[in-house]
Amino acid sequence: MIPVPYYLTISAVLFTVGMAGVLVRRNALVIFMAIELMLNSVNLTFVAFARQLAAIEGQVAVFFVIVIAAVEVVVGLAIIIAIFRARSTVDIDDVDLLRG
Amino acid sequence: MSASDLWSIVPELWLAGLAIFLLLVDLLTARKSLVGVVAVMGLLLSIIPIGSLLTQGARTVIFGSYAVDGFAVFFKILTVIATALVVLAAIDWLPGRSQYEGEFYALLVFTALGLVLMAASTDIILLALSIEFVSLTSYVLAGYLKGDVKSNEAGVKYFLYGAAASAVMLFGFSILYGLTGSTNLYEIARRVANAPLPALYLSIALMLSGFGFKISMVPFHQWTPDVYEGAPTPVAAYLSVASKAAGFAALVRMLMVVVDPGRLNWILLIAVLSAVSMTLGNLLALPQRNIKRMLAYSSISHAGFLLIGVAAFRGDFGTPGLLIYLLGYMFTQLGAFFVAALIGQQLGTDDIPDYAGLSRRAPVSALLMAVFMLSLTGFPPTSVFIGKFYVLAGAIDNGLLWLAIVGVVNSVISLYYYAGVIRAMYVMPAASTVPLREPAALQVALGIAGLGTLLIGLYPQPIIDLARSAVLLLRI
Repeated sequence: MIPVPYYLTISAVLFTVGMAGVLVRRNALVIFMAIELMLNSVNLTFVAFARQLAAIEGQVAVFFVIVIAAVEVVVGLAIIIAIFRARSTVDIDDVDLLRG
Repeated sequence: MSASDLWSIVPELWLAGLAIFLLLVDLLTARKSLVGVVAVMGLLLSIIPIGSLLTQGARTVIFGSYAVDGFAVFFKILTVIATALVVLAAIDWLPGRSQYEGEFYALLVFTALGLVLMAASTDIILLALSIEFVSLTSYVLAGYLKGDVKSNEAGVKYFLYGAAASAVMLFGFSILYGLTGSTNLYEIARRVANAPLPALYLSIALMLSGFGFKISMVPFHQWTPDVYEGAPTPVAAYLSVASKAAGFAALVRMLMVVVDPGRLNWILLIAVLSAVSMTLGNLLALPQRNIKRMLAYSSISHAGFLLIGVAAFRGDFGTPGLLIYLLGYMFTQLGAFFVAALIGQQLGTDDIPDYAGLSRRAPVSALLMAVFMLSLTGFPPTSVFIGKFYVLAGAIDNGLLWLAIVGVVNSVISLYYYAGVIRAMYVMPAASTVPLREPAALQVALGIAGLGTLLIGLYPQPIIDLARSAVLLLRI
């Protein structure tokens, strides 16, 4: 069996990649995908710990996190589409009416 | 789980039922203001089941995942009052801006349900779900005016920032779960003593990003001015008050229940974040011309002030002070935003120089706005003064004298930009002398906010007693 720390390392890497994506990329959709990556690293951590501790709560938590991710897609895409209709761009550097 | 558990969550069930009922009413009537009136009445009626919880002892229900204690009840009361006032203000503000009026009120009540859940969760899964619940409805509310590009922009900024912050927070939760093997806060508190310290620091720091986002604490504050400026004004008012209060409730419960400050020194961490939030928020508020942006930066600064109450949690002043501050700040900040909503609606502007001559054009609103500005500065006899007094006393009581000094200095700085609004209203010559129309529901909401601000300032004893008892019940 692959030891649990390996899973945790992978999940930390996934989380870091997602965080870097949020900070570096400027397309709202790509940022959104990076956030989904972070949520998946959360899932991996929960499952790995649930396995290590032989406890069920971690696996249950994963289902809730999946639901959270799905609902965020619904609301997030609706908002992104609204802004795309108004300006024909989803680049967040162009979305700059509010500043100062 | 037993049937008596269900009796303990009647307020939550009532709010859920009310929100669904509002959607039905919206389907059946063409007069959308009726939906708002029903929402206000339903919210006021929910005070009855909430009040009945006051006499019961502190306990957890539903497999230990949900707290029924004075602390939770306090935040239920605060949330319900704030929601009712915001709905009242929106009844006059929303028509003509969006064709989806009924859904707006229903969404506000759904958000209230999420906030109530957030303040009472004692299980990290439920806590994560309720924070997410509040976030999702808030994203929609911030971007509610689909035809308004600024509102769109506020929605997308709030969404991207909030989703990233809650993903970071969830990662912190997953590490906390791994360290302790439980999702229940009280169980975690028992087991956390054996957890390795660096990992515990990491998970607390990650979780702070989620709570910090909700309370708009530096360094998670960047969204605040943009969202407040772009979002519909009643929504900005709601976010700055109710969402912030529930964020503080979750933060306080998490820190006090789970983490022993003797093992992990979060007091210093919170104290430093508090000082930075107060100072940065104030300095950025100084040059603002837009009233909503100014209130946004001032709300960052007030988040710093409220954090003093979190850091100074020992003794009789800190945590009760936090609760008194939150309640007083709720009335004052809502009132200030309602005046901004009135001016935004009647004059179509949010710029402070355009408030010139308001004392003659809308004398009552101008007078109330002056009271709110003085209250936000912390002048007696107003509600925020009592809150500031208590948290500063708490800081001194807890040996955080330097933090109290930073707080006092910041109060003095903040007088500059709050007084700027009063100066515009009373000293600057008016561009026109035509009296402004003051719509009825907005005026009522404004009046209640003003009354709350002054009453808590003049006769704070009942609120102090309520806050004291709420804190006593917190630790089960």
